[in-house]
Amino acid sequence: MTRCFSVIFAVIIGTVAAAEDMRLAVTTSFDNSGLADILIPEIMADTGLDVRLLVVGTGQALRLGAAGDVDAVLVHSRSAEDVFLADGHGTHRREIMYNDFVLVGPSGLGVVATINDAMSALATIKAPFISRGDDSGTHKAEQRLWKTADLDTDEFGNWYRSVGAGMGAALNTASAMDAYVISDRASWLNFGNKGNLGIVFSGDPALFNQYAYLPVNPEKGENIRHSSALQFEVWLTSDRAKALINDYQIDGQPLFVFNATP
Amino acid sequence: MTQMLPLTLTDVIVRRRGKRIIGPVTHRLEQGPPTIVIGPNGSGKTTLLRVMHGIERISTGQVNWTHDAPDQQAFVFQSPIVLRRTVAENLAYPLRLAGVDKAEIVSRVTTWLARIGLDAFANTAVTRLSGGERQKLAIARALIRTPQVLFLDEPCANLDGHTTREIEALLSETAAAGTRLIMATHNMGQARRLAGDVIFMLNGKIHESGAANYIMNTPQTSELKAFLQGDIVT
Amino acid sequence: MNDILQGLSAAFWLVVSLDAELIDISLRSLRVTLTALFISCMIAVPLGAYLAVQRFRYRRLVIAGINALMGLPPVVVGLVVYLLLSRSGPFGVLGLLFTPTAMIIAQVIIITPLIASIAHQAIRELWAEYHDLLISLNTTKWQRIKTLIWDGRRNLLTAALAGFGRAIGEVGAIMIVGGNIDNVTRVLTTAIALETGKGDFALALGLGFVLIGLSMIVSITIHSLSRTEREGRW
Repeated sequence: MTRCFSVIFAVIIGTVAAAEDMRLAVTTSFDNSGLADILIPEIMADTGLDVRLLVVGTGQALRLGAAGDVDAVLVHSRSAEDVFLADGHGTHRREIMYNDFVLVGPSGLGVVATINDAMSALATIKAPFISRGDDSGTHKAEQRLWKTADLDTDEFGNWYRSVGAGMGAALNTASAMDAYVISDRASWLNFGNKGNLGIVFSGDPALFNQYAYLPVNPEKGENIRHSSALQFEVWLTSDRAKALINDYQIDGQPLFVFNATP
Repeated sequence: MTQMLPLTLTDVIVRRRGKRIIGPVTHRLEQGPPTIVIGPNGSGKTTLLRVMHGIERISTGQVNWTHDAPDQQAFVFQSPIVLRRTVAENLAYPLRLAGVDKAEIVSRVTTWLARIGLDAFANTAVTRLSGGERQKLAIARALIRTPQVLFLDEPCANLDGHTTREIEALLSETAAAGTRLIMATHNMGQARRLAGDVIFMLNGKIHESGAANYIMNTPQTSELKAFLQGDIVT
Repeated sequence: MNDILQGLSAAFWLVVSLDAELIDISLRSLRVTLTALFISCMIAVPLGAYLAVQRFRYRRLVIAGINALMGLPPVVVGLVVYLLLSRSGPFGVLGLLFTPTAMIIAQVIIITPLIASIAHQAIRELWAEYHDLLISLNTTKWQRIKTLIWDGRRNLLTAALAGFGRAIGEVGAIMIVGGNIDNVTRVLTTAIALETGKGDFALALGLGFVLIGLSMIVSITIHSLSRTEREGRW
């Protein structure tokens, strides 16, 4: 009920105010999924908010937030987000939705029950593997997976290739080399150059990938459009957004699961 | 127009990289008929002319005009320097620098084009001209502001007889009209034809000078005598 | 090969259907680059000319410096400009970050040394040719610069085209300072990077061919404008 009122309130405020613009830094994973292309026009229509997206790596997104060059960030790297808040760069953290990571590669790994087994299998056969290597949410998730399987990436040989690039570039490289790579499902489904690759493993709870929204601390300067950032948050956690996010599909597969709580 | 001459050179020396190019040179240039500068290659003829005109830096000594007027002088180089433009634009250039008004420029350029026989080439790029035509253009450009003094550095050195004759005729007319000519040349015939007085340069110094009739027929120094005979003099 | 053919086909359809987004980013590409080119030329050409004709103490050092700046990696320029224009940076109050203006600034920094270097070289050669004449005609420094720039305009145009080429294809710097924001700072090169990152090679190539086409149209236009002058080989 309160959420319903919040939406109405936001719509009223939105239509009364002139088309405000707001800068939001998002990760390449989010943009590559195609969900942004759905949400942004809807926000404009519903609230008059002109959300300008800067699509950068997680690290750069948080750096932009820290510098006060954007009004909010939407990322998926819990540890980095916590540091961001601890350093006082953001006001709070709001979980919005999650998708999952998948292991993509040229061929199956035999019978593997868990992601741990899959990772161990990769290390055993020393299959070529592409790592994001850019401290992004996806990269950190990948590192967590190796660690949980008791594997130390420093001891890997040349088969483990750290490219230091965004999701799309990493997928391109993996496609060209017929290598394995951890990707978020949305980016993978929307990727246009799959080559010989396919999803080799998915579904393990460890592959859960949470997206969170963090407004930038307005104390950084007058130019921070904090009210717009809050307005966006209201919309993003509304039933309207919930419907749009849950209904978004590629090839008949839903990608994100809305999990914002009031 | 205030008279620029006489020009006085006093103990002028030009040194480059420690080497003495010309000097010491002391000479007085009065108003009068053309002065022709002769001498073997490397004797300093070009440098002397450039020093007089003020485009060569001197190491010691003085160059004094009775009245300083750089705009009243002009120089014609051995290899004609032309602007990468049309013939007419080249002629107009010094006039535009001087701020002469457009109608006057058009009038003078037309006159001079006719005088040097290049009217057909008025709007042609200079690239298409022969060496002789370019030199005529350079001379016309030098004279278009009616200077008091005109320096010429072996202007006909690379030209055929026909063009040389044309240029000599033009120069004679110019001298007769009152322009002071100072010209270096290799051509003894030319020297005899045009000279009022002669300066003979040797090893960077003025070796002998005087009225043309006098020293060309009765050279006072053995070197000049040898030179006039066509010997190599060092 | 298949990808390339698909790219050509994509380019064709984009252009023929007058795709609105394509027009938007193409116009923005041209706007940013041509503005940067104009500003750069206003700085670089007089600078190159001045360095050619004016002797001063550290001239050689300055020339060497400009030549070295040609090798500035564009992405580094982008990073530095970002830090300067960032809200937490010295010029943050101007609010220029993530606007086409920031992109223009970055491109100006990148291409000005290139244009200045080529311009300087061209004018220096021309100055060597005109040196004696322009000094003899008693021109002022400003008159010399104007004459050299005008007569050297064809080579200066080449310098400008080199700058244009460098700028229109640049992606690293403008990605950082522009942010590749849809409808605001997205241009052809950043769009190509984006589509490549999405694995949509056909579209990326298509945009690439459009970029090549635009670039050639601009180059050919500039070239033919210069040739409508009176004929000349220079």
